[in-house]
Amino acid sequence: MNAPEAFNSDTWTVAGRTFTSRLIVGTGKYKSLEENAAAVAASGAEIVTVAVRRVNISDPSQPMLTDFIDPKQITYLPNTAGCFTADDAIRTLRLAREAGGWNLVKLEVLGEAKTLYPDMRETLKATEVLVKEGFEPMVYCVDDPIAAKQLEEAGAVAIMPLGAPIGSGLGIQNRVTIRLIVEGAGVPVLVDAGVGTASDAAQAMELGCDGVLMNTAIAEAKDPVLMARAMKAAVEAGRFAYLAGRMQKRRYADPSSPLAGLI
Amino acid sequence: MAGGISIVEMLGHLGLDHRKVAVERNFEIVPRATLSEVAVADGDAYEIVHFVGGG
Repeated sequence: MNAPEAFNSDTWTVAGRTFTSRLIVGTGKYKSLEENAAAVAASGAEIVTVAVRRVNISDPSQPMLTDFIDPKQITYLPNTAGCFTADDAIRTLRLAREAGGWNLVKLEVLGEAKTLYPDMRETLKATEVLVKEGFEPMVYCVDDPIAAKQLEEAGAVAIMPLGAPIGSGLGIQNRVTIRLIVEGAGVPVLVDAGVGTASDAAQAMELGCDGVLMNTAIAEAKDPVLMARAMKAAVEAGRFAYLAGRMQKRRYADPSSPLAGLI
Repeated sequence: MAGGISIVEMLGHLGLDHRKVAVERNFEIVPRATLSEVAVADGDAYEIVHFVGGG
């Protein structure tokens, strides 16, 4: 890919849908729906994750997410956050499909509340059932290349390993396994969870990931809208650096100015 | 709940826009296209969900 082409037409495709932005943002933890919408706009994201929850029938007039972030403009990716069994996750996504009318979903099945680490046995089970039912699951998983391969074989349309525990902001803890997952995958790989600041997002992209999914890093920044813009820049910077191909590391210095003609 | 009304009418009574929610009746999804046809019966258990902010 030459440079002008990379600037203008670098896209990625998941389950037949093509996107320009490689940043997916969550819509939780914001102070207001207005702030949330402004952060999504600043991030340039074309996909947002959303949760599926009971309506509050005691106050049906309260403002809804869809009034602030238009599902016709931005792809809603329903998640199964808070589900600890395959059955709960499948039930949630069947409802999500009925509410939204599309098959592209984010599957996460959690193992315990303390770490929010994924339960891979339940996750794999849920993936198999969902694929049979016609869903296109993007799957949150451990940073384990074998588990990633098993999910892909089960029909996951994207592999989304954690960089660090959800909401921790610790950054990518195991760059080696993230890179192994990228090298082994035939579907898009996105780091999902653990990003704390812009350099973490750039690092994920420099490892060759197709994208990054984050929520807390933006929502809990002191200025979420500014951080959303920083993440947009970081994802682009990391992506272009990956495409450009970084220099080799050396153990010693190598002068940048020519030695010939030295006075 | 008064008998003989449809799920769409029930949602209307609750102040909910049926286009923005999904409904499960007795643990079975009610397809969107049939919300106005399925009658609410005594003893039915409903889950009514929508999209909210999440990560």
